[in-house]
Amino acid sequence: MLLRHTTKEIKERKALMVNPAKTCQPIGAMYAALGVHACLPHSHGSQGCYAYHRSTLTRHYKEPVMAATSAFTEGASVFGGQANLLQAIDNIFTVYEPEVIAVHTTCLSETIGDDIPQIVKKAEADGKIPAGKYVFHANTPSYVGSHVTGFSNMTKAMVDYFSEKNGRKTNAINLIPGFVEPADMSEIKRMAAALGVDVIMFPDTANVLNGPLTGKFKMYPEGGVTIEQLKLTGWSTGTIALGEMASGAAAKALDAKCKVPCRVLNLPIGLHDTDIFIDTLHRMAGVNVPEEINLERGQLVDAISDWQQYLYGKRVALVGDPDQLLSLTRFLVALDMKPVYMVTGSPAGKKYAQALQGTVAEIPDQVQIKVPGDMFLLHQWIKNEPVDLIIGNTYAKYIARDEDIPLVRFGFPILDRLGHSYFSTFGYRGALRLLEKMLNALLDRKDRDSSDIEFELVM
Amino acid sequence: MAIPAEDKNQVPVMLEDLDPEKVKNRLIKKYPPKVARKRAKQIVVNKVDSDGTVPQIGSNVRTVPGLISQRGCCYAGCKGVVLGPTRDIINITHGPVGCGFYSWLTRRNQTDPDTTPGGHNFMTYCFTTDMQEEEIIFGGEKKLKQAILEAYDNFHPKAIAVFSTCPVGLIGDDVHAVCREMKEKLGINIFGFSCEGYKGVSQSAGHHIANNGIFTHVVGTDDTVKAGDYKINLLGEYNIGGDAFEIERLFEACGITLVSTYSGNSSIDAFANSHTADLNLIMCHRSINYVAEMMEKKYGLPWTKVNFIGAAATAKSLRKIAAYFEDQKLIDRVEHVIAEELPVVEKACAEIRPRTQGKRAMLFVGGSRAHHYQELFAELGMKTLSAGYEFAHRDDYEGRRVLPDIKVDADSRNIQELQVEPDPIKFNPRKNEKEIRALTVKGVEFAGYRGMMPEMENGSLVIDDISQHETDKMIAMFKPDIFCAGIKEKYAVQKHGIPLKQLHSYDYGGPYAGFKGAINFYKEIDRMINSRIRDYLKAPWQKAPELAAKYGCD
Repeated sequence: MLLRHTTKEIKERKALMVNPAKTCQPIGAMYAALGVHACLPHSHGSQGCYAYHRSTLTRHYKEPVMAATSAFTEGASVFGGQANLLQAIDNIFTVYEPEVIAVHTTCLSETIGDDIPQIVKKAEADGKIPAGKYVFHANTPSYVGSHVTGFSNMTKAMVDYFSEKNGRKTNAINLIPGFVEPADMSEIKRMAAALGVDVIMFPDTANVLNGPLTGKFKMYPEGGVTIEQLKLTGWSTGTIALGEMASGAAAKALDAKCKVPCRVLNLPIGLHDTDIFIDTLHRMAGVNVPEEINLERGQLVDAISDWQQYLYGKRVALVGDPDQLLSLTRFLVALDMKPVYMVTGSPAGKKYAQALQGTVAEIPDQVQIKVPGDMFLLHQWIKNEPVDLIIGNTYAKYIARDEDIPLVRFGFPILDRLGHSYFSTFGYRGALRLLEKMLNALLDRKDRDSSDIEFELVM
Repeated sequence: MAIPAEDKNQVPVMLEDLDPEKVKNRLIKKYPPKVARKRAKQIVVNKVDSDGTVPQIGSNVRTVPGLISQRGCCYAGCKGVVLGPTRDIINITHGPVGCGFYSWLTRRNQTDPDTTPGGHNFMTYCFTTDMQEEEIIFGGEKKLKQAILEAYDNFHPKAIAVFSTCPVGLIGDDVHAVCREMKEKLGINIFGFSCEGYKGVSQSAGHHIANNGIFTHVVGTDDTVKAGDYKINLLGEYNIGGDAFEIERLFEACGITLVSTYSGNSSIDAFANSHTADLNLIMCHRSINYVAEMMEKKYGLPWTKVNFIGAAATAKSLRKIAAYFEDQKLIDRVEHVIAEELPVVEKACAEIRPRTQGKRAMLFVGGSRAHHYQELFAELGMKTLSAGYEFAHRDDYEGRRVLPDIKVDADSRNIQELQVEPDPIKFNPRKNEKEIRALTVKGVEFAGYRGMMPEMENGSLVIDDISQHETDKMIAMFKPDIFCAGIKEKYAVQKHGIPLKQLHSYDYGGPYAGFKGAINFYKEIDRMINSRIRDYLKAPWQKAPELAAKYGCD
């Protein structure tokens, strides 16, 4: 047994987190910053932070993850990190020549209270920021929120620093995709293009963290939102923010700063949340939904109709980030599955927990939800009453193996399988892919477990 | 692999067809002057004098902010590297959630819990106090106490260790006082490590702090003498990909009794009586030499450097152990094992070698692997053009002979140096001075490590704490056939079309230690170097664009 000390008996814990279902803010900020074109994320803290974040993102994407650090020593921790950041800015622009540096803080620099805007101002005054280049920042204390908060803060910083208003309007729609995969960002853009909508997506890690192998290493790959595009977000007709926790803050900031009206939607995962996304997008942009999208929707509904018998009534345990969990749960309910255990590590709040509870109000089984909770607790629930399927990140495979329950990998991080970088789970096509993954997991199990007599050729 | 010193001076000091001094200048040309001056000290053209001395290299110095180094932090060295592989201690990370999360199962230390009574294994778990803003403001000691209590109530471990992260040091939580109090209260061993990420200049500080902590709180707490002959401890072997299992297999075949391993496949119980062994063997000198030094002073166990990476090195290390114990029975048995196993390795190597002969490697990793793995590449007929460590000190490069000359700077001074005295009861020198001298003559060198540079060719470039920029330049200039580093470097190097072998995680393969491990490594390097992937980079129409024009005309 891998998790041999996990017992059925659940004891209340107030201080000890075991097997977290979240990580810290700066990694989300680093990921968001990678979605800005020719941007080098910079971690203002000790070098372990950036080493860990780069390692984790690299293991998830199998791609270069470039970032820099202020490399605090004990001296910097006592006297402040100004000298380190000034030196870093100079070195980065001299050696690595990015267009923009995105500084995020850490628990270390937040605890000592470094004032990033003041340090950046000094760098500017000292002539360390070349003309036409930028340094922007987000405060991302690791002891507040989670990696999703960090993504949200860095995305909001893009608005705070760059979005401009000059009274003119364009037909463009701003899309804030949430802490999602590059493939998901591509899929959102594809759907918008199918509708004929001109969009600005920020951040945008498509073609940054799923780039090609050509024999040439590009420090700054093709993808990413440009600073010019970020400036133009203030001129757009409207903003659609996907996922309240990851994208809500940026959308609201843009509304407040440039009067760009916004709608905050669930992530377009599954039938109904994709319906809402397409419906909102076509209304906001004033365009018709093309036949192509209707066809994709129809195919999804057809597949649900064809295969629903294998999903009906299946008990599912889910662990993931708040925005993902909400849409995914709604999709499972729509498929007549029974999401019975839900855990997110992020402190997403009471309102969120109520919304999640609302999606499973019709489920007759006893449903357990913990916001924030950890994977140890999820495992204990499963030990008390098992499920048919687990959906979660790679760490969930330890539970899946111990309890002999099929696992569908979904979320962050996925460290041991190919797919998430290239195949989206967004939109109708993405829902079809989710359906395929869940069915494969359940039907492989059925094939494995049926007796020789009951073994089926056709399913 | 190493050319005898007298031959070396006759080799013209060129690195392939380039002047290594010019290469060095190109590496640092783009840097601001101050940075260039600093990096110039950490990039050295190797030159081995007839007495084995090599040029001085700047190392264990501060990382340059913004330069994109490979290094991690003190916490990573302490919790991640040294204490992480011990399965039956509950390791609680005291701090915000990230540090515990990132060091959760990511180092591939294999372990076999069913070999110790009780079968505890907490390595698959991550324990953290998930510190919140409230604790940053009002202090985290209360939460830490509660967390220890909850760990005890839920899991009943034999020991709990607490690891401090950056903010803990800043807000001044006294983790050691909390640990003492809880140890008293719960009656199990509980101890803390002040391994805040900002301490020192790299993981290395964390290794030292971990060594100090284990030595203070665990070593010598159990005097039970394990049954068996030829008792040794293996230090600085972390069982990545099962390396320690392969070495354990060889010890068993030779009849050597392994008391403890620091810390691959380890149990805290074995540390507790590791002072009862008769010899300490050091694999990774950088991360663990402190424990060996302290055990020698307090308990009288001598230590010697070994290397189980490479078939020849493995045989040599086994012979060294046999020579130390001066028992013909052991010497014969070791020779028997070598005679049985080495031909199989040599056969595998001979089959692969025609495909690897003359290929060129670069290794930038860790504190010992950049040195040890040169052995395996040499066995494959490959040449190491350039190598360097991520976090090592001058003694790892130049040999321990430079120890008296190393200046201790402010960053290292902050790491406590324990004052150790011979134990009034337990001190027992295993060999007297005369025996030590006799053994030294026979080639068993005690408390010695010659370092990496004396074994590298003249003209090869030694680069400490290589940056992303320097990595790119080295690849552009030399186009090596294989590059060895870690996960952060892997895909950037591979985008160039050059394979990168991870020497931290082994790319989820291994073992590479011992005889069987050597065969695994030969096969892996053959696969990587002779991969056809580079033929796939261009599509047919990219290789011959004129075709399109021709058909277009038709």
